[in-house]
Amino acid sequence: MGIKEIQEEIVDEFSMFEDWMQRYEYMIELGKSLPLIEEQYKTDDNIIKGCQSKVWVHAELEGDKLVFTADSDAIITKGIIAILIRAFSNQRPQDIIDADTAFIDQIGLKEHLSPTRANGLVSMIKQLKLYAVAYQTQLN
Amino acid sequence: MIDTVLDILSIRKDFPILNRKVNGYPLVYLDNAATSQTPQKVIDAIVDYYSRYNANIHRGVHSLSQEATDAYEQARKKIQLHFNAAHTHEILFTSGTTHGVNLVANGFGSFLKEGDEVIVSALEHHSNIVPWQMMCERSGAVLKVIPMNLEGELVMEAYHELLSDRTKLVFCNHVSNALGTVNPIKEIIEAAHRVGAAVLIDGAQAAPHLKADVQQLDVDFYVVSAHKMCGPTGVGVLYGKEEWLNKLPPYQGGGEMIAEVTFEKTTYAELPHKFEAGTPNICGGIAFGAALDYMNAIGFEAIAQYEHELLEYATKELLAIEGLRIYGNGKEKTAVVSFNIEGLHPYDIGSILDKLGVAVRTGHHCAQPIMDFYKIPGTVRASFSFYNTKEEVDVLVKSVKRAQAMLS
Repeated sequence: MGIKEIQEEIVDEFSMFEDWMQRYEYMIELGKSLPLIEEQYKTDDNIIKGCQSKVWVHAELEGDKLVFTADSDAIITKGIIAILIRAFSNQRPQDIIDADTAFIDQIGLKEHLSPTRANGLVSMIKQLKLYAVAYQTQLN
Repeated sequence: MIDTVLDILSIRKDFPILNRKVNGYPLVYLDNAATSQTPQKVIDAIVDYYSRYNANIHRGVHSLSQEATDAYEQARKKIQLHFNAAHTHEILFTSGTTHGVNLVANGFGSFLKEGDEVIVSALEHHSNIVPWQMMCERSGAVLKVIPMNLEGELVMEAYHELLSDRTKLVFCNHVSNALGTVNPIKEIIEAAHRVGAAVLIDGAQAAPHLKADVQQLDVDFYVVSAHKMCGPTGVGVLYGKEEWLNKLPPYQGGGEMIAEVTFEKTTYAELPHKFEAGTPNICGGIAFGAALDYMNAIGFEAIAQYEHELLEYATKELLAIEGLRIYGNGKEKTAVVSFNIEGLHPYDIGSILDKLGVAVRTGHHCAQPIMDFYKIPGTVRASFSFYNTKEEVDVLVKSVKRAQAMLS
């Protein structure tokens, strides 16, 4: 599935919920299915700056696809990074670079998109895209 | 109901923002240690200034400028009386506590030489550590730290041992922002003076809850911010003893701070203008005066007594939650409860509380050394003001329980 299709699928799932509590509960649930980063990669270099909680992300190229793993010490943040990774992992770097992130708004997490929010969603997206840029250069 | 002489419900009506809803819930504002809310009287003072007599001060011959100057200087007088300073010119307007600390650190730096020592406490806000580190780097002085214990109190025996004739300045907050501990500043000041050191006290977290008498404390410098005590942001005060302010070199050059300027030499203006370069936050200063009027009309003793009751109640109710631990259990505390729940990240708890309309602070509260001491990433901090109610404590407790259920 392409990034756009996965995003639509996520938007579809979230559209079933009526209030923020259900959305948060689902997000927490999604956090539990996050492909976890290996302990050896949980280094300070892999921490995303700008988050109140710690978020580690690791990227590896498998064939021509970029695979992300991550973890966080906060549950909600783990849910947020899990949603992003579900959309962006196992995709070609160029597709990740070109991907739109408006779906975050559509799943009712718009408030997390503001760059002033301490959860660092904006920093997370930036970091995933930076990995994509780096690996795309390698592929070229 | 909490037993108090204050009519809290009528006080709440003075604060328009307390009627707000957040995420569909009535706002429960428990982030008062970060900034306090603004009563209508202070908002009116701001509107009145811009509607009737906005003008630059100390220079103009026209009526508006005179009126603005009078109002600004009256505010300075109110602040002098509030803190019981000996002279009006010992009250310097600043942009806030951080500015005041930097002003003293910068000026004091010029007196220091290699081998001199500056003592700070382990309970400091970042804004209170960095200026001294910078000052020590410049001058070659050494920074010493008064350690803290598990209860979040300063270890006073260690402080007394740190003092020597090398000590030139001691810096400490009156109340810790992260934990709410009230520090024994009277003892700190007396001991520092015995070795000839000056003392700067950060009163930012104390001033909203208790009235400091700078002469009785015999403190050399005391700094506060207006926005923690019902005033606007961007304005604060540095109290300094006259003799010290005369000794310190000016911090910034500019208009207002000069007496005579030629290209050969500039002579500086008298106190307090020597330290007030440029056009100040005129409206902010006047509104700070209005905020002090408002709080004094309520009365600091009644405020302290009521907030203490709130603190006791909140502490008791929160501790009943399984796995909840409170950081900072000093004998003397302002109404601040800094806590964590076992296995949960403070950020997660804070996010759910926000969704329920409860505003708290989460994180390291700009006091990372304290968090490192407890080996935690941060805490959830609920900080109370005299306009908070017992019912709001109940909402907090209920919301924390709800967050715990969602997150576990």
